[in-house]
Amino acid sequence: MILLQLFWSFIQIGMFSIGGGMAAIPLIQNQVVDLHHWLTLSEFTDLITIAEMTPGPIAINSATFVGIRIAGIPGAIISTIGCVLPSCIIVSILAWVYFRFKKLTVMQGVLSGLRPVIAALIASAGMSVFTLAVWGEGGFSTNPQAINLVSVLIFAAAIFILLKWKPDPVYVMLGSGIIGGIIYLIM
Amino acid sequence: MEKRKQIYRKLFTSTFYLSAFTFGGGFVIIPLMKKKFVDDLQWVDEDEMLNLTAIAQSSPGAVAVNAAILLGYKVAGISGALLTILGTVLPPLIILSVISLFYTAFRDNIVVKAVLKGMQAGIAAVIADVVINLGSNVLKEKDMISALIMAGAFIATYLLKINVVYIILVCGCIGAVKILIQTKKVHKDGVHK
Repeated sequence: MILLQLFWSFIQIGMFSIGGGMAAIPLIQNQVVDLHHWLTLSEFTDLITIAEMTPGPIAINSATFVGIRIAGIPGAIISTIGCVLPSCIIVSILAWVYFRFKKLTVMQGVLSGLRPVIAALIASAGMSVFTLAVWGEGGFSTNPQAINLVSVLIFAAAIFILLKWKPDPVYVMLGSGIIGGIIYLIM
Repeated sequence: MEKRKQIYRKLFTSTFYLSAFTFGGGFVIIPLMKKKFVDDLQWVDEDEMLNLTAIAQSSPGAVAVNAAILLGYKVAGISGALLTILGTVLPPLIILSVISLFYTAFRDNIVVKAVLKGMQAGIAAVIADVVINLGSNVLKEKDMISALIMAGAFIATYLLKINVVYIILVCGCIGAVKILIQTKKVHKDGVHK
């Protein structure tokens, strides 16, 4: 019974969080804290913190975290399946439509309008991460003392390496983590 | 048959690997997928990758999962999509299951905090690298409307914090209108000649 409830809750979360990431948080809170009381608000805040510290989409992380606490490993698996099920169905239909009709002139037009948008969306995500890395939680500030110099240096070195040698980006991320980690711990 | 198996294996391992290292949510995985599937494996071209990302972003659910479904479907049909879903979902499922056992210790661990703080700057650089690459390709088209859409969409999402769904709807319509006007012009010119 509890498995069914988990499944149904996460189907709703998967179905109504359009735009990913942050859009999912209020939905998850509504289902998990307000409606079913599976987590307290402070546990939920911890969950968001942990989801941001670990790889993977927030919705999947929440599904696993809530599922495992309420009903063990089967709970985690059922919640995760519920969470991705709406995507699977809807995206498969869209994929079929896209590959079938992408040669149509109108479809070509729509897609040519969307490609620059995706570049802009990635740029916007990049700016948010950059601001967080350099100025921290407070956001952009004109005060030079608010700037995190370690982040600036790591960023500069990493972008230089990426542009010059084109390595696997995962190595750059891990390398920044290790070097940054050592510097912060020493400081 | 052997080749097909190899493609399946590569699809699964690539998405598993990317998902395991995608810190920072949603859009961070797109640059990584582009590097892997467009630049390294050359299974998808850059325009198609951007098209798939647009679809992934406008569909419900996590962008990373949606993009993985589309890539898997494009490369190897429904079975490809199932493999890439599994590859994308398993790493967070495993990692969170383990961490949920001692999550307060993990959350308050200073080493974890320091490494993650260092990683933020690296992630920003990885995204910046892809943005430089994608942005210069858009500008190379020498199409004023594309350049304006890119600038406008950036302002709308980053500064004005407008819901992405609206931006996608509006820009998709602009693109459709633009191409309809262009084809009309071509038809007219054809008649004159």
